[in-house]
Amino acid sequence: MRASSLMLLASFALAACGGGSPPEEPAPEPAPAPAPPAPAPVDDSAERERLERERMEREAAERARALAAELGTMINFEFDKADIRSADQGTLDRKAAILAANTNVRIRIAGHADDRGSDEYNLALGNRRAAAAKRYLESKGVDASRIEVVSYGEERPLNPGADEAAYAQNRRDEFEVTAGGDNLVAPQ
Amino acid sequence: MKRLPAILLPVLAAAPLAAQDTTVTKDQPIRIGVDYAVNRPGLVVLPGAGLDSVRAIVRRDLDYTDRFEMLGDFASSDPGSAGASVNYGIYKTMGAQLGVELTAAPGGVTARLHDINGQKVRNTQSFTLPAETDPEYRMEVHRVSDEIARWASGTAGLAATRFLFVSNGRVYRIDGDGEEAVPLTPEGMTSLSPVWSPDGRTIAYTRLEGGRGGVIVQSLAGGSQVAPGAQSGLNITPAFSPDGRTLAFARSDETGTDIFTANYVDRCCAQRLTVGRYADNLSPTFSPDGRRIAFVSTRSGPPQIYVMAANGTDQELLAPFDYGATGASNAPEWSPDGARVVFHRDVSRSPQIFLVDVAGRRVTQLTSSGRNEDPTWGPDGRHIAFISDRTGRRQIWIIDTETGRVRQLQTPGAARLPAWSRRLGRATVASNP
Repeated sequence: MRASSLMLLASFALAACGGGSPPEEPAPEPAPAPAPPAPAPVDDSAERERLERERMEREAAERARALAAELGTMINFEFDKADIRSADQGTLDRKAAILAANTNVRIRIAGHADDRGSDEYNLALGNRRAAAAKRYLESKGVDASRIEVVSYGEERPLNPGADEAAYAQNRRDEFEVTAGGDNLVAPQ
Repeated sequence: MKRLPAILLPVLAAAPLAAQDTTVTKDQPIRIGVDYAVNRPGLVVLPGAGLDSVRAIVRRDLDYTDRFEMLGDFASSDPGSAGASVNYGIYKTMGAQLGVELTAAPGGVTARLHDINGQKVRNTQSFTLPAETDPEYRMEVHRVSDEIARWASGTAGLAATRFLFVSNGRVYRIDGDGEEAVPLTPEGMTSLSPVWSPDGRTIAYTRLEGGRGGVIVQSLAGGSQVAPGAQSGLNITPAFSPDGRTLAFARSDETGTDIFTANYVDRCCAQRLTVGRYADNLSPTFSPDGRRIAFVSTRSGPPQIYVMAANGTDQELLAPFDYGATGASNAPEWSPDGARVVFHRDVSRSPQIFLVDVAGRRVTQLTSSGRNEDPTWGPDGRHIAFISDRTGRRQIWIIDTETGRVRQLQTPGAARLPAWSRRLGRATVASNP
């Protein structure tokens, strides 16, 4: 009797955790109110805790990865323009929210240009594109000191092609987390 | 006797009717036959014994000045070989007015310029030459060519020059005739925008690292330093002042890109010349008297060519454009005689080489085939080198602004951002002037 009630407890504990194997006895009984003062199956619960911890870590890591991916989403620009396109404002708004919820995070914005403009001018243009995204994030409350701005001009094309589709891909801001990106918390 | 080259006449005739940006194209890809109806004296390099390589180099160098109608191409074994007496009659029949005679001299070569019609020697000088295996040998022969060109035309040639250019992220140096390509910057870094100091012994360029860049000043004898005031952030498009003491460059920050100057000899006193306010100001180039700087600015929209005093005052538009119609204009370089600024301007989104004359502010287009960009002046103020993809890969091409003749300078890889040196003096002082 004592042994079987312990088994039952263990099954409930497993079921409550939502993991592990299904209860061996399909007919559930109401759990006895006070747990009998008996030696707990130490090995089992430690294993369960470990699995649970790993699962939660996995989920947290996935959430963090999703948030990091959102922080890293590129935005694109029109030819010889550094204006934030309305289509990209939502992307930047989500970045601003994530940055607001994770105040230790610092990012670097790298501006890029396509191959068509003047090589040297494209460095300045890339700088202006990165600075434009930084100003937008600042306008959404992100502290300026958390954002670094660099430019690669046309020196690092994403797509080596020489057509408008490639050019459009290459006119971009890239966003890189430079600090505090380990335990990202989702914004409320 | 001296008349305008016929090729220029359409330009002059069209000028009063032309809009600011409308121009006559002179880009002639190939020179057919011997003339553009340009009045150039016929010149023959006389055959002789030995000195084959010297004669071949001098002949090509004189041809590349585009100031002479090159006649004959004699092998050394050809008859009529002069020795003491030159058979002026034969060369006169060929149409030659000038004859260049090269004879071996102790430790070098003796050059004589003959006046064929006058049947006399106009100039003669002996030049010492190092051994053919010496790395300076070709450059010394080029100096002989440049002096002969000066005797013959009044203007020295442009053979004793070199180019800097960027290929695959490295700065290279190459001789003006396409020989001796040498990398000057390390592999695996992105180096851009190389320029020569006026004495040709130092270069400056941007080294891009992690989206930032310092301006590096590098002695060709070895040793480099980061230019003062150009250490942190993104610093691009350096240019030396004509006295070689000041370095102008552009620095990018979150408010845009602005032009600074710094005394790099004394390593002090970076001075800001432009205030961008979210516009870009870059690519400074000094006038030869050092008093003015032409540059690129986006203050009124797409990049265009502006000019200011060297202290940053009196900023104004230099190359007129039609707002909303004229393409982006970039990469200005002031001519050695101060009269013109060359730059590239987008036409149907493809850059072409343009000139603006500084006094009259009239813009003329020089090229039309393919993509042509990043022009740089030769030291004679007549030739312009630029990057063109007209035959596929981007390569250095050289145009003679007087005749429209174009030639290619072969580089080992694709080339970008060329810079043409002034005439280069000897690395070590030699006895000859």
